Amino acid sequence: MGPGLYNYWMVIVLMMTGLYVVLARPNLVKKIMGVTIFQMSVIMLYITLGKVAGGTAPILIEGAEDVAYSNPVPHVLMLTAIVVGIATTALGLALAIRVYEEFGTLEDDEIRDAEIADAMAAEAGGAD
Amino acid sequence: MSHLISIVTENLPMLQVVLPMLAAPLCVVVHHRRATWWVALVVTWASFANSVALARKVYLEGPLSYFVGGWEPPWGIELRIDELNAFVLCLVSAICAVVLIAAPRSFDQEVESDRHHLAYAAFLLCMTGLMGIASAGDAFNVFVFLEISSLSSYGLIALGPSRRALSSALRYLIVGTLGGTFILLGVGLLYMSTGTLNLVDLQQRIPASDGHRTIVVAMVCVVVGACIKLALVPLHGWLPDAYTFAPSVVTAFLAATATKVAFYVLARFLFSVFGVASSIDRFHVDWVLLPLALVAMVYGAAAAIFERDVKRMLAYSSLSQIGYMVVGLALVTKSGLTGGIVHLVNHGLMKCGLFLAIACVVLRFGSPHLGVQRLGSTHLDRLRGLGRSMPWTSAAFVLGGLSMIGVPATVGFVSKWYLVLGAFEAGKWWVAALILFSSALAIAYVWKVVEVLYFADPPRREDEVGEAPWWVLGPTWVLVGASLVFGVWTAPTVRMASAAAEVLLPALAGAGP
Amino acid sequence: MNDAIGLTPESVLLVAVLLPLATAVAVVAFGRWPNLREGATLSGGAVTLALVAGILLPAVRGGGRPRIDLFEILPGLQVSLHGEPLGLIFALVASSLWIVTSLFAVGYLRGHHSPNQTRFFTFFALAIFGALGVALSANLLTLFLFYELITLCTFPLVTHDGTERAKKAGRLYLGLLMSTSVGLMLPAVIWIWNTTGTLEFRPGGILQGHVAGGSAAVLLALFAFGTAKAALMPVHRWLPAAMVAPTPVSALLHAVAVVKAGVFTLTKVVVYVFGLDLLSTGAARPIQWIAAFTLLAASVVALYQDNLKRRLAYSTISQLAYIVLGATLAAPKALVGAGLHIVMHAFGKITLFFCAGAIYVHAHKTNLRQMHGLGRRMPVTFMAFFLGSLSVIGVPPLGGSWSKLWLGSGAAQGDEPWAVAVYMLASLLAIGYLMPVVARGFFGEPSPDDAFCRDQDINEASPLLSLPPAFTALCCLALFVFAGELADFLGGMLGAPTSTAIGAP
Repeated sequence: MGPGLYNYWMVIVLMMTGLYVVLARPNLVKKIMGVTIFQMSVIMLYITLGKVAGGTAPILIEGAEDVAYSNPVPHVLMLTAIVVGIATTALGLALAIRVYEEFGTLEDDEIRDAEIADAMAAEAGGAD
Repeated sequence: MSHLISIVTENLPMLQVVLPMLAAPLCVVVHHRRATWWVALVVTWASFANSVALARKVYLEGPLSYFVGGWEPPWGIELRIDELNAFVLCLVSAICAVVLIAAPRSFDQEVESDRHHLAYAAFLLCMTGLMGIASAGDAFNVFVFLEISSLSSYGLIALGPSRRALSSALRYLIVGTLGGTFILLGVGLLYMSTGTLNLVDLQQRIPASDGHRTIVVAMVCVVVGACIKLALVPLHGWLPDAYTFAPSVVTAFLAATATKVAFYVLARFLFSVFGVASSIDRFHVDWVLLPLALVAMVYGAAAAIFERDVKRMLAYSSLSQIGYMVVGLALVTKSGLTGGIVHLVNHGLMKCGLFLAIACVVLRFGSPHLGVQRLGSTHLDRLRGLGRSMPWTSAAFVLGGLSMIGVPATVGFVSKWYLVLGAFEAGKWWVAALILFSSALAIAYVWKVVEVLYFADPPRREDEVGEAPWWVLGPTWVLVGASLVFGVWTAPTVRMASAAAEVLLPALAGAGP
Repeated sequence: MNDAIGLTPESVLLVAVLLPLATAVAVVAFGRWPNLREGATLSGGAVTLALVAGILLPAVRGGGRPRIDLFEILPGLQVSLHGEPLGLIFALVASSLWIVTSLFAVGYLRGHHSPNQTRFFTFFALAIFGALGVALSANLLTLFLFYELITLCTFPLVTHDGTERAKKAGRLYLGLLMSTSVGLMLPAVIWIWNTTGTLEFRPGGILQGHVAGGSAAVLLALFAFGTAKAALMPVHRWLPAAMVAPTPVSALLHAVAVVKAGVFTLTKVVVYVFGLDLLSTGAARPIQWIAAFTLLAASVVALYQDNLKRRLAYSTISQLAYIVLGATLAAPKALVGAGLHIVMHAFGKITLFFCAGAIYVHAHKTNLRQMHGLGRRMPVTFMAFFLGSLSVIGVPPLGGSWSKLWLGSGAAQGDEPWAVAVYMLASLLAIGYLMPVVARGFFGEPSPDDAFCRDQDINEASPLLSLPPAFTALCCLALFVFAGELADFLGGMLGAPTSTAIGAP
């Protein structure tokens, strides 16, 4: 529980914030934000993993013997994860725009109402 | 020439992933509706041939390792093919290849004509992702490929003709990304406590850090993430909507592949990476998975009975069938696992066939205008009397349905045989009872449709009836036929599945048949 | 000569099972030409019967047990056929009655201008395919496969009329038969496979030494209720409901394919899976009681049915329970009696159904109270009905008397006097529910507004409708003479080919 772990505490707070937003907010764009926050928290976790206390950037220094390097692997992985995250957010927002065009709202409960109306219309259409 | 052949044969594990990946942007560039289809078709069939060749090689020579770019692990990326993923790869590429034949006619109907090339591109990317998951040798690439397949599948679902496709896709995106991120989190925690991402290395190092709490949390994260992707009850919310509103061909494709690959991830992590010793003996994941799977099995079937939209009914039936697969896994016996894995393929074949039969119906009944008015085209009432006007489609549906029930001489029977046998082996006769109870429920929902097809008066609109074109009917029958053939000639599927089960449960090899 | 054309008993097994399937294909192919289509059905039936009776029967009688493995359906599990006395008897019954029923069905459906006749004859042939498969199956898995096939193929027959009632009956029929077979019989099969590692039918059984008494009782219960086709209460409900089907279908359901497949399965399982020794320890006691209850209860219910077909349906339930009780008594004589009763009841009951069908098509009557004096108008039909009734009741000189004698003496042999009493009581009840039909027909006073029955002239149904029942009634008489040989032959399933080993009844 030392001060050295405060990164992890921050990760947990972010993670829970993200999850809460996804679960509790009816607005779809806010849900996308929640997902993004959640993703960012995991990315920060990885970055924290790679940090070695007192370590420097993992660039081989000619002649220097006992230099501590940070672990580059998690950082490299996170480059990919960030790309994935951006792609997800972009796709999510694009879909949100289309949903707004079709339904005229981004509130999940209102969309559900509209969907139920659609389903009733379909039922009527299917039964003719 | 021979040089070229040797290059191809040496790079088989990579080619099946790379080919569709490279073809996807090509589709976007080519842009022409039919030309892109040809590109996709050639590539998927090539991938299919590739995975069959690969499976053959694995069975003859044992597991293969492929180092991408020649870099050996732990620095490079490894693709590792053993009996389990060879099996999954064959299923995924076969389904892609067959479904794609039906795609153009169905897309003509359901997808706006200037978006076909994008649909094919997304289809190929999704295939890349799924093939990639199944061949990846390290945990991080499982995540990356999972996201590739997920992102493209959100796009594919959103192409559906009704506006509800958009909202379903967006909801799936939100839930699915959570699932993917959970897996990423789990992988991170694994790396934290073992210092490796390679699946084989993980398998060796995890026992050393026995009981470490980080490992437990990692396992929970991976299981939750995989179960979201797998749509195991209670994490199934996204599936019925997504399957119902996606274009018919996309539903057929996703239903047969996406959840199956998620099942593969779950099985791979629980049995190979964490190992039975830690996942089952120590942390009793089966205590959680087995009840959930049983609930899924019964709930899915019961919900399907009350559903009036056939496509949605099949989606609920998928929930139930996913339950079967997870039951097989959670029994932790050789026969049970064989049953789960063989059901992975069997359910893929029959459900894909059924969804394609639905695609045939939609093709006949969907109005040419896109939008709200044709939403009801898979409503049960639309199927009235189709047995007469679309005999081949209806017959395909009946045969697929029989397989779903598990009538002998269909693939459904083979799966059920092994699952029940596994339940007896595990001494859990009540699991066997529930499996068979759920099969009895399947009789109810399948027969509900059969009655409407054959015993209801057809609707008045005579001008709409007529058999679907062979371009769609053919693939339907290929899959339905396969589900009959592999129900009688079970040697290939069962052998492959039991070999795969032995990979996962090496300690139990030799037990059971 | 047989060898000259390559027909060994082994290959005949396969050919005999496949012929009905080929017939079904031919029926579809000739669907447009009704006469050709019916010709296909009849010749298919004739050839099948000739093969079974001419090649398989002598081979098995000579002590041979031909066997053919077709293909491996699950690793270690073959789909195989074999010939043994019990199965051969069932195959003979099925293939011979197929021909007669087809003739009758031609008369019935054409007299009735029924639609979808091609569909009817196709599924009819497919149901026989299933029945022959069940009869000649060499292991439980093969049997289960064909058992389900029968269920599926008879579904379109039950719902042939396509009315709301037919649909409801079909739902009950399929739902009950399939959910019990999948839900009870399949786990029993898998259980046996898991404990013994084999599903082969072997003389003396395969379970001996593998399961204890309690498990054996549970397994037997799973089979008894899992084969809902044997219509043991409370899984008998489908049978009266299925009476909405056309009468030839009822004949097929109640005499040839369906119910006989059920009791045959049970008998076969008792003899070749459980073995008599295992069941004689009291494991079969609960099922015996349920069978006895079904026997009596169904007879009593039959007394109160006014609809002739429903009355016959309940009579069938009762007679099937005869067989189930006989089989589960697990005494050698009772088993021979059970086997004999499969034959005798088949011929007796099909006669009765043919008559009911002829009456319906010709005189448009379905209920008992409309049949006063009808026997004087349709003497052939009613004489056939009389003979059939006597056989079902068990009066000499008709076949049914022998099977009941064997069953009764088997009960005595097994030291179960209560079972003897149940058998006798049920026979009395059978008089009570069958004889009134005959008595009203011949001696009843027609109601004043019943023009058909008041007519004085003989007004018999067309030959296609009246001759089949007459023929099967005569068969009942003939079976009385041949019952001894049949019993000898059936004794072979217990490993003792002559009646001396098990004692004459």
